[in-house]
Amino acid sequence: MNMEEFRASARSIVNDPQLTYPQRKHYLAGLAESALEYPPLSDAAREALNKRIICDIFEGPAPYRARYILPDYAKALTNGSAHLELEPAKDLDEALNFLLIMYTQVPSITGYPVYLGDLDKILAPYVADVADDALYKKLRLFWIALDRILPDAFVHTDLGPDDSRITRTVLRIERELLQIVPNLTLKVDPERTPDDLILDAVKTVFEVGKPHFVNHPLMVSDLGEEYAAVSCYNSLKVGGGSHTLNRLNLKEVALLHQGDVESFLEETLAAYVELNAELMEARIRYLVEEAKFFEHDFLAVEGLIDLDRFSAMFGIYGLAEAVDILMEASGKEGRYGHGEEANQLSYRITSRISELVAARPLPYCEGNRGRAFLHSQSGIDSDLDVTAGTRIPIGDEPEMFDHIKAVAPHHRLFQSGVSDIFHVEDPVRRNPTAMVDIIRAAFREGMRDFTFNLASNGFIRITGYLVRKCDIEGFDEAGARHGSTALAAGSVKNSHIMDRNVKRVLSRESSPRAPE
Amino acid sequence: MKAAQGHLNDVIRFSAVDGPGNRFVLFLQGCNFNCIACHNPYTINECDSCGECVEPCPEMALWFDGRHQVVVDDDVCTSCDICIEVCPYDSTPLSRMVALESVLNQIREVQPFISGITVSGGEPTLQADFVASLFCAIKSDDDLSHLTTFVDSNGSAARTVWDRLLPVMDGAMIDLKALDPITHLELTGADNGAVLDAIRYLAEWQRLYEVRLLMIPGMNDSPDSVEKTARWLYDIDPRMRIKLIGFRPHGVRPQYSDIPAADPAHLEELATIIRDTGFSELVVV
Repeated sequence: MNMEEFRASARSIVNDPQLTYPQRKHYLAGLAESALEYPPLSDAAREALNKRIICDIFEGPAPYRARYILPDYAKALTNGSAHLELEPAKDLDEALNFLLIMYTQVPSITGYPVYLGDLDKILAPYVADVADDALYKKLRLFWIALDRILPDAFVHTDLGPDDSRITRTVLRIERELLQIVPNLTLKVDPERTPDDLILDAVKTVFEVGKPHFVNHPLMVSDLGEEYAAVSCYNSLKVGGGSHTLNRLNLKEVALLHQGDVESFLEETLAAYVELNAELMEARIRYLVEEAKFFEHDFLAVEGLIDLDRFSAMFGIYGLAEAVDILMEASGKEGRYGHGEEANQLSYRITSRISELVAARPLPYCEGNRGRAFLHSQSGIDSDLDVTAGTRIPIGDEPEMFDHIKAVAPHHRLFQSGVSDIFHVEDPVRRNPTAMVDIIRAAFREGMRDFTFNLASNGFIRITGYLVRKCDIEGFDEAGARHGSTALAAGSVKNSHIMDRNVKRVLSRESSPRAPE
Repeated sequence: MKAAQGHLNDVIRFSAVDGPGNRFVLFLQGCNFNCIACHNPYTINECDSCGECVEPCPEMALWFDGRHQVVVDDDVCTSCDICIEVCPYDSTPLSRMVALESVLNQIREVQPFISGITVSGGEPTLQADFVASLFCAIKSDDDLSHLTTFVDSNGSAARTVWDRLLPVMDGAMIDLKALDPITHLELTGADNGAVLDAIRYLAEWQRLYEVRLLMIPGMNDSPDSVEKTARWLYDIDPRMRIKLIGFRPHGVRPQYSDIPAADPAHLEELATIIRDTGFSELVVV
């Protein structure tokens, strides 16, 4: 980009009537970063990146903060923070005040914290003497503040697996406020989480499209007790996080492969896994060694994050297309989600990737014994004709039982997150126990995450985050998937969509802006 | 008597509308009522192999076998349902006799996901031997015995039939089309004496999960008749679960398709009447 192009890009951001002031600042920062040179890469990796066969999700060429950061908020509340000039919290008011302040200082790829803490657990020490109505009032105000101060659909909190007064109060507030922020996960443990809590959460999904449900014992076995689901579907260690997320487009890899399935797994796939790993290594080294993020950020200095609990996420997407392309090339019938042979091929591919990633050391990834975490990446708005992660293409999903059976075997491999979205019909509202049955069984089948969506509530799930249907009224689903791109291309005449208030909440992670 | 085979129309592996929780549902072929509001009339009669459907089948999946019986090639059939549309006898060539063991295997496959199974139809009590055998097999199988067993019925079976099911049946959902016998006859082609008795009998045995009242505009939905029905039910068991369903023309036979859909506002009025009777568990659909 020459200086003239740079200035034109900056001007278009500064003058963009769709963007709020903080949004303009965020994009201007991205533009400035994009003017810097990329960390050194081999020619092969550079070419694969340019062709978006491997992809840095437009994180920017000079990473100066980790993509996902999960501060140890409980420790901060207990010890206080010198940087923030805050004393240890002594009661609920002080704890909520402390957290609201701290959230504004937690970096991430989006500029907003992707993790707010497991709020039912970290607030538990402060509520013993708070009456129910006072708890409700304080949490409700806190919840409104979260949505207004942190307007990004990837700001996330976790609840469970144990039941508590806070957990129930939060679910009640969620059903009342119908806010996009925060995104929400309920940890489910078959032994510890009562049916009645899952039922309450299912009823909350009917109203507001969240929480997601995650398989707590599986997460604990991969990540330890102190983990959280953050952003959407990203499971990482608390007190740690992920430096970067780089993803491999399996559809593109399959398209350029010539030969049989065996040579795909042994040669072509292995080569591109290495290129994506190379990209990750370059980005991790820049963050840690050049930007020296862990040497100066107050979270690291005060021990609220620890480099040893970090790793990086190796993402894949387009599995469905890759399977179908390889099946067709072998002259075989059947496609992913609809045939045993195709499904078996999909498991071979993800198992092979898992082996390759587990065999590739990466620096500063002690959070996963020096290796990347595997991640089934759920897409960004600009993805066209390629299916998110390991999902079955939208509209091509088989009935729910076959759907679960087809995708469940992948889930165990993706320690840092995997997702499939199940669409359910409105009559299930009158029988929420049916969803409790299915969620419990899905976890027995080995699923890591279970997310479902009801067609008739006021929310729509895009890649994993929520938008309100009223916010995209007038756009069909395809339009909404393009998020800001579609809006930018659209006429300003549709200003009820572009109204500043309407777009107050962005989904930055899914709509990263590529430098133009 | 044990029956190792049932005459099956279809199964649904996950259903949220056929009893409590997620359920595996078997739709059995054949019904002894002829309800004008029937949403799946192709389950009423047994196929008599007249063959009217053989030629219209666009996939050529239907043909006559050596005994002049219409048979279907499952590998070719696309479930386009044209055979059902052209059937002159409210039947289908796609129903089939299935072995008990094959049904059990299907249930074993989904059992982690479900609260139980429901037999519907058609009228499942017409195949009471098969239903009793199925329920009995479930209750005596270590992997399946936690599943609840429900029957979705028009209530026409006699006490002797229910007596066979009661030891292995957890609950029944009974349709009451009308309390008034003449209205009932008009709506179903059958008398309602057995239905009323089944409701009493199942309630007495505490196996009446739900009574369903389908409101058909202008036929059985006057406030007066609903109030009488509610009082009659209340006298039997005030804790009874009632499901009030508004008629929708979807799926009904062409000659009845001009019956309008139930008006939601009117349905809400009727719901109020039922609640005022004293029922607390009322579901309006």
